[in-house]
Amino acid sequence: MSANATTPDVIAAKAPRAGVGGRAGRLLRGALRTRRGQIGLLLTLVVVGIAFLGPLFAGNPTALHGGPFEAPGGQAGALGGDSLGRSVLDRVLDGGWRILLISAAATAMAIVLGSVAGVVAAYRGGFADTVIMRTVDVLLGIPSLVFVLMLLSVVGSHAWLVIVGVGLTQAPQVARVLRAAAQDVSERDYVKAVAAWGVPPRTVIRRHVIPSLLTPLMVECALRLSFSIILVASLSFLGLGTQPPTADWGVMINENRVGLAQNVWGVLAPAILLATLAVGTNMFSDAIARANLSSGPAGDPTLQMALSASNVAEGDEPVGLEAIDEGSQ
Amino acid sequence: MSAADSGAGAAASGRRRPEVEVTDLAVRVERTEVPIVEGVSFSIEAGKTLGLVGESGSGKSTVAVGLLGYARRGLEIVSGTVRIGDTDILALDQKGLRGARGRIVSYVPQDPAAGLNPAHRLGPQLREAITAHEDLPKEQLEERVTELLESVDLPPTKRILRSYPHQISGGQQQRIAIAIAFACRPRLIVLDEPTTGLDVTTQRHILATIDELARVHDAAAVYVSHDLAAVAEVATDTAVMYAGRIVEQAPTARLFATPRHPYTAGLLASAPSAEEAHRLVGIEGHPPRPGNWPGGCAYADRCPRALPECRAAVPKLVEESPGQLVRCINPVPTEATSEVNLAVPVPAAVAASALAVRGLVADYSGTRVLHDIELTVPLGQTTAVVGESGSGKTTLARCLVGLHSSWQGEVLLGDRTESLRQAAAARSSEELREMQYIFQNPFGSLNPTMTVVENVEEPLRHFKRLSRSERRARAIEALETVSLGAAFADTMPGRMSGGERQRVAVARALVVEPSVLVCDEITSALDVSVQALLVEQLRDLQMERNLSMVFITHNLAVVRSIAQNMIVLQQGRIVEQGSVDAVLGNPQHPYTRQLLEDLPRLEARAGSRQVA
Repeated sequence: MSANATTPDVIAAKAPRAGVGGRAGRLLRGALRTRRGQIGLLLTLVVVGIAFLGPLFAGNPTALHGGPFEAPGGQAGALGGDSLGRSVLDRVLDGGWRILLISAAATAMAIVLGSVAGVVAAYRGGFADTVIMRTVDVLLGIPSLVFVLMLLSVVGSHAWLVIVGVGLTQAPQVARVLRAAAQDVSERDYVKAVAAWGVPPRTVIRRHVIPSLLTPLMVECALRLSFSIILVASLSFLGLGTQPPTADWGVMINENRVGLAQNVWGVLAPAILLATLAVGTNMFSDAIARANLSSGPAGDPTLQMALSASNVAEGDEPVGLEAIDEGSQ
Repeated sequence: MSAADSGAGAAASGRRRPEVEVTDLAVRVERTEVPIVEGVSFSIEAGKTLGLVGESGSGKSTVAVGLLGYARRGLEIVSGTVRIGDTDILALDQKGLRGARGRIVSYVPQDPAAGLNPAHRLGPQLREAITAHEDLPKEQLEERVTELLESVDLPPTKRILRSYPHQISGGQQQRIAIAIAFACRPRLIVLDEPTTGLDVTTQRHILATIDELARVHDAAAVYVSHDLAAVAEVATDTAVMYAGRIVEQAPTARLFATPRHPYTAGLLASAPSAEEAHRLVGIEGHPPRPGNWPGGCAYADRCPRALPECRAAVPKLVEESPGQLVRCINPVPTEATSEVNLAVPVPAAVAASALAVRGLVADYSGTRVLHDIELTVPLGQTTAVVGESGSGKTTLARCLVGLHSSWQGEVLLGDRTESLRQAAAARSSEELREMQYIFQNPFGSLNPTMTVVENVEEPLRHFKRLSRSERRARAIEALETVSLGAAFADTMPGRMSGGERQRVAVARALVVEPSVLVCDEITSALDVSVQALLVEQLRDLQMERNLSMVFITHNLAVVRSIAQNMIVLQQGRIVEQGSVDAVLGNPQHPYTRQLLEDLPRLEARAGSRQVA
């Protein structure tokens, strides 16, 4: 369109990477313009805030206050006591950061491993593709919880092993999604155009393929994070993650479930926090995916192709979509 | 618009009630209430075809599906009536609509592959189209299917009925789609660009089939297209749409002979002719997008005849000449000659060649697709490669630039005596720089995650060592040569129209100062007014920079206006070659003759058989 249609938030031609950073920024801003994204981020931030700022306010999470499963408001504090008479409030405040850090590290590992495998498989094709993707298939065939449980019970319970185990079980899913997306992008004319200048494959992947994969990548990040959190919490619940007496939301649910009748908060408080986090990150990742839709043909190359196809096909601009999205912002 | 009614009624001279009557159809975006289509009214008699013409974004497809009581997601039909026979389609509920679609009104989509279910054989799909509305005993059903296939010139064999859609050609698919649309003998059939993706010969046959069927069944038809010539071939009346409104409506012959609306006149001046080369007059600027419609006449900003009053209010659709409705307060006078034939500048003939291809053969996954191609591009001239889809013309282009590497033969660039290597990766940087490729689809050839200027800088980054500021300066300079100033530099490609993007692609090719441009169907995705601008621009650049071009196209009319020499490809072989004047003026090979004959022409309606 005309010059005034230039998005004011895109300042071009900075560093070579400006395009990437600008694009990620645009996606985030787009997500935050939607109600879904705002609520998602708010929920996430509340839980993350409690997890990381909580320890500053928490009392000693292992100190004993009165009897087991004391009702809220007593010696053990606002949320009552747990199975050993420790303060549920203190333990909730103190027990979040580990699980979040471990999940974040596992997610990072899954994303890096998975995207490298997926993009290489897509761009190289042929034998490399077969080897990588069949490995992925095998890994996908093993139930993730069972796989990590096996790993932990053989080697022993270590935080790093939880990260590696969870990361490994999440990576194949990432590889799958990114291979499909990268395969699509690799066939694009703009990638071919660069290849026709004799540019080496590594540069093509770095400058032209990966930036186009930002949307699936960001959506995967949020999605894998919530899966990782659930997995790590499940491991703690099963007693193979964080070990007692360390406070941990997963461990707490396990320890306190026998006293549900006496003090429900021992289970409910960590469960609510975990659920809130999962819902929050999911809503936010959803908002990113939608933000990408609404950034219109400029955004996602996949969508752009779809729209341009309909453009050529119908001979009509896809005004509907764009106009709807403008309306919702 | 009562004017439209009375006008169309007058044209019909009250012989009988029109079969289809659309009044005041308006469509808008649901949430924002941005109008997409406003006040569209027309009527069609049984057995007649209305052509609906307009460029991208004019709302013609929205009107087309509106006739079926359908609005694309996010849009809503706000008002209007669509009366077909005795049924008002827009007054029906969902159940009523289901009953009406197919039986009263049916639809042929642009892409037949999208309209047919790839998972079912054609036989059941045809039968389903009939049984959805009628309960027929088996023998009668088979009879109807046979009848249907014959009516679209397909053999009613088991082989066709047992085929899956992907097993038959695009033209055959479109025939099946048309057969399905006619299956329940609807009163109105809506054809949404049904021949756009097809070859001229196939297109000619499909157009004839539609014409025939509409007449035999005495059904009314709406033919939506951006291709003026195709509309001229098939439509009895034509309505031109711009920014959601009908701006001119008249019997087709009259409309194309004496356009009264400046926009129609502009469109006609943009269309190239296969008969003689003339400078194409495009329409500068682009249509306003919905939501940005200016007050008053939407065309005023691009109109050479605009008056200050044009911007005051939307002009009414009034009858300027008998049967010709025009939405303009300063229409083109009837006596004005629309033929502004400016001579085309021709580059001087030279002996030196910029590109020579000798005995090129190419394989595609084991099958030979190009046989013994010989091609010379004299320095500073353009050689066109013409052929239908599947003739191997795109493969030829990809061989030249090294994107397709399984070929043998010689490709000599400039005065080199040694052939280029097969794959781009094996060629020297200088060789790669000298020959640049421009892709067909402007929507796919620019990196959507980079700004326009970054896209243009990309080849510089690879071919030249330049400082960042100089690289940007050169890229902007290249953008200026294609009339896209620095203002466009920091735009994302996704925010530009197809024509603008294709100019960016040209700028990206020119920025490294190549000597040869390989243009692969670069105008086929563009509207005719945009195509005109691009062709003129390329020719000017060619004269200015002594560029040589290989111009691949299926459009013979474009060949006439840009190329000096041409080759005609059929199934990977050259069947005719020579100067454009010689080949198009006096075609020798039957295939070339066929191509020329099947080319739809604007003049077609003048002596049409359908004029009652």
